[in-house]
Amino acid sequence: MLRIFKADLHVHTCLSPCADLNMGPRALVEKASQQGLDVIGISDHNSAENVPAVVKAARDRKLTVLPGMEVTSKEEVHILAVFDTVDKALRLQEIVYEHLPGENDPEAFGPQVVVNEDHDVLGFNNRLLAGATELSIDQVVESIRGLGGLAIASHVDREAFGIIGQLGFIPEELNLDALELSANTTPEEARRRFPQYADCAFIRSSDAHSVAEIGKAWTWLLLDEPSTREIKKALRGEDGRRVVPEGAGSCTSGGQQRAFG
Amino acid sequence: MRVRDVAGALGLEVLTPQQDLDREITGGYVSDLLSDVIAHAKPGDLWITLQTHRNIIAVASLKELAGIVLVAGRTPDSETLAKAREENVPVLTSQLPAFELAGKLYQMGIRGTE
Repeated sequence: MLRIFKADLHVHTCLSPCADLNMGPRALVEKASQQGLDVIGISDHNSAENVPAVVKAARDRKLTVLPGMEVTSKEEVHILAVFDTVDKALRLQEIVYEHLPGENDPEAFGPQVVVNEDHDVLGFNNRLLAGATELSIDQVVESIRGLGGLAIASHVDREAFGIIGQLGFIPEELNLDALELSANTTPEEARRRFPQYADCAFIRSSDAHSVAEIGKAWTWLLLDEPSTREIKKALRGEDGRRVVPEGAGSCTSGGQQRAFG
Repeated sequence: MRVRDVAGALGLEVLTPQQDLDREITGGYVSDLLSDVIAHAKPGDLWITLQTHRNIIAVASLKELAGIVLVAGRTPDSETLAKAREENVPVLTSQLPAFELAGKLYQMGIRGTE
């Protein structure tokens, strides 16, 4: 049976150098539940080391945690990866780590804290997670899709690290599953601002770097279950699955969204 | 001043030798944000960048730029060069960082604004 899921697919944890230190697994899960979210995606910069802890913290909850990562391509474009399993996120992490030069300076960029589900500090990641990988945007997208994940261009409405700001336009051959908008822009506004992408699948997420920001923006998805397979169908408008426009009160079938590729 | 003259004077490596190197350079622009280049570069500008993604060719073609110089010895992938041949955009590379290269072009009389 299809039902509507409230999803915020882009949430950071205390592992991201730019995120608040109190973004521990239980705090995230608690806030997400309070916000009425059914699904959250965990997406730290170039690492998935805190994903297992958040998945564990949500074990006895109704909340679904989708493992992921926000990868920085060599063009300095942010690409959101969303998977069903921790294992797949960790496999992407292996690829990313092989191509991520530099060492973190916590003074300059912030600490990168690896925690367990109770927010006990397990250690500090000393890679330069704030940096760019040596992977081209095509390689990033293909790596994600090769592992069966969703590849979503992060905050396309933002100039910094957004694909349109960095690359001027979205390369046609790129196999993106969706374009993400920040809390600053509605899909309606985005379709006016970027008419050439009006028929693309848009999602909206919080890109939360603090607990308070979780659920500040979200996407309504009509799905059978909260899996990447179902979300992919919704982004393509297949089998009755779809992205439900904000403010829409019912689930009657509307226009089909087109995903790339 | 033509692309050919600048290449010779500054020892730039021409990655697209079959392209028209007799294009006249009427200005210069430095940026790595392609959306910024689309918004602000002028036709005839020589564009200095470290981006090597194939979109640089489309942007140079759209803006009728004189050519692209990649800095710090960066080399684009074969797709970018194939697109450059298709769109007839000269692509050169310099071992210098962007600041040094822009300074040398300025000394040669190339300006960013009138």
